[in-house]
Amino acid sequence: MIKSNIKLLVLSFLLLISLRPLQSAEMVEPIKVDWSFKGLTGTFDRAALQRGFQVYKEVCASCHSMQYLSYRNLGEPGGPEFSEQEVKAIAASFEIEDGPDSQGEMFTRPGKPSDKFKSPYPNVQAATAANGGAYPPDMSVLVKARKGGANYIYSVLVGYEDPPPGVTLDDGVYYNKYMTGNKIKMPNNLMDGLVEYADGTESTVDQMAKDVTTFLAWAAEPELEERHRTGVKVIIYLVLLTILVYLSMKKIWSRIDSEV
Amino acid sequence: MSEHEYTPKSKAGKWFNDRLPLLTLGAHLTDYPTPKNLNYWWTFGGILTFCLITQIVTGIVLAMHYVAHADLAFASVEHIMRDVNYGWLIRYIHSNGASMFFLAVYIHIFRSLFYGSYKSPREVIWIIGLMIYLLMMAAAFMGYVLPWGQMSFWGATVITNLFSAIPLVGDSITTWLWGAYSVDNPTLNRFFSLHYLIPFLILGLVVLHIWALHVPGNNNPVGIDIKKPSKDTVPFHPYITIKDAFALLVFMIIFAGFVFFTPNVLGHSDNYIPANPLVTPAHIVPEWYLLPFYAILRSVPDKLGGVILMFSAIFILFVLPWLDTSKVRSAVFRPIYRQFFWILVIDVLMLGYVGAMPAEGIYLVLARVGTIYYFLHFIVVMPVVGYLEKTDPIPMSISEPVLTGGAEPSLARKANDKV
Repeated sequence: MIKSNIKLLVLSFLLLISLRPLQSAEMVEPIKVDWSFKGLTGTFDRAALQRGFQVYKEVCASCHSMQYLSYRNLGEPGGPEFSEQEVKAIAASFEIEDGPDSQGEMFTRPGKPSDKFKSPYPNVQAATAANGGAYPPDMSVLVKARKGGANYIYSVLVGYEDPPPGVTLDDGVYYNKYMTGNKIKMPNNLMDGLVEYADGTESTVDQMAKDVTTFLAWAAEPELEERHRTGVKVIIYLVLLTILVYLSMKKIWSRIDSEV
Repeated sequence: MSEHEYTPKSKAGKWFNDRLPLLTLGAHLTDYPTPKNLNYWWTFGGILTFCLITQIVTGIVLAMHYVAHADLAFASVEHIMRDVNYGWLIRYIHSNGASMFFLAVYIHIFRSLFYGSYKSPREVIWIIGLMIYLLMMAAAFMGYVLPWGQMSFWGATVITNLFSAIPLVGDSITTWLWGAYSVDNPTLNRFFSLHYLIPFLILGLVVLHIWALHVPGNNNPVGIDIKKPSKDTVPFHPYITIKDAFALLVFMIIFAGFVFFTPNVLGHSDNYIPANPLVTPAHIVPEWYLLPFYAILRSVPDKLGGVILMFSAIFILFVLPWLDTSKVRSAVFRPIYRQFFWILVIDVLMLGYVGAMPAEGIYLVLARVGTIYYFLHFIVVMPVVGYLEKTDPIPMSISEPVLTGGAEPSLARKANDKV
């Protein structure tokens, strides 16, 4: 009786859920990519992270900040895992404002691994003004801040198209198949061969989009690999303990003539 | 309460127990005679205690690193996620813990509805439980505001604006709640303060909830009064403790699945965008566990009406023990009420679903139908069915399913088997 009721319940709920596609039919679903960091044991592709960092540094970083990351993160386990020397060199290539010194003056110095990523603009207003009134969002947690996550970011990067007939665009506005509302103020910055990859990989638009998206996915969830690893261990432990407790329960309840 | 007097064996124990009978309390909790036919729906009390303790412990650690300031809150959460040792784990346990807490409390409440656990002599347990539920909703709402993302800010704006619907003094009350002329830094500060306070109020009410439970003792799937202790009961320890532990572990496996593999699936992606008073999100939606009430709120075209109806949806539960006219507790023996119970479950699930959808077209119609049915269930169905229903024969005791007459001798077993 209860079982049939639960079936009825599940059925009617599924019916309700199935109404959903009708409602969002007009939205273009992002391209599904088989990311290496998907799934229960997913990890990042180290080489892709390093290439992605290069794309970020040479292309994205001229407008987008990444204020919650530090240069030291680039050398930490589970990330791009640059060597200590490389991390120091990357940090030192940026001039960081520090101070005030003992005279009360601000000064600049080469970056250290403990510094946060240098932002391209001093504040949100400056970034907005320099980009035609659209603030280029900080990319630290961008992958977590968009429905569709990594798939969505990748899709937008490769989703630039000529506008369909009948759609007119203002100056400085571009047509993108996957962007919500299809209008985006970020121009299509990726073109084949734009970046010269240190590891010799051919820098097609698709390759760069995948690499930089992988980098952004790590930036948003630097704990992902450790989380997956720990999670597998925790669940194995819990399952074993559950079995032991179940057997203990059966044993204890066998003392009386009652089912458990 | 305890059936036999407890005397500590050691002299020191006796000395202490004469002054503060903690050992007597411990003995009472261990021996506490519990119906032996409790099914797994009864394990959620223990699970909920675990949830509360988990939220308090992880919350205290988070508060050591969190900064309650409009300019710093978002960054401090990222600091926890990136720089605090295992900060990501503690925060994900806390944020998913809220959802697991509500999942468990909804099962606990619907269990009570099915087996009539709210009925005499357990009305006070029920009412204290509802007070806990109300405080849980307040704590969860304020906790969701703390990361100061877009949904935090706009969720807080929508909910606090509800109070402006109160005639005459509404606007003043809203300003007083905000501590400013909009949701701003003072609002965040007081929400943090209250978010830290409420769990301890809940803890106090939980003690009362359990105290009140131990006066009449547990209800059970058959819903009949039983003699305690008797062959219908087992001591709480080890029989119920081991069973609760088993159920808790199964629950923890699901909990861990969320925390480690899909930690953000129950949240909204917009909350990883820092709060911006100048940009309103396309759809402002609360967390899933508040959606049915959100649907009720939006089903009324009038703001004040919506607010009144939403609060009524909760407060009507407080008088439920007196709206239900049936003499029989368990729905196992109530063939008509049982059907209405499942319709109510579907109705609440549907309200939750439409609460997540835009309030227009078919969703608005469904929300209105769902809201009307919700109230009809309590105001009309409960009293009327209680009077008219011909209940099935009830067994005399759990062990001996001696029937008061009539056919099916398997009924008592059915109640036993339901797991």
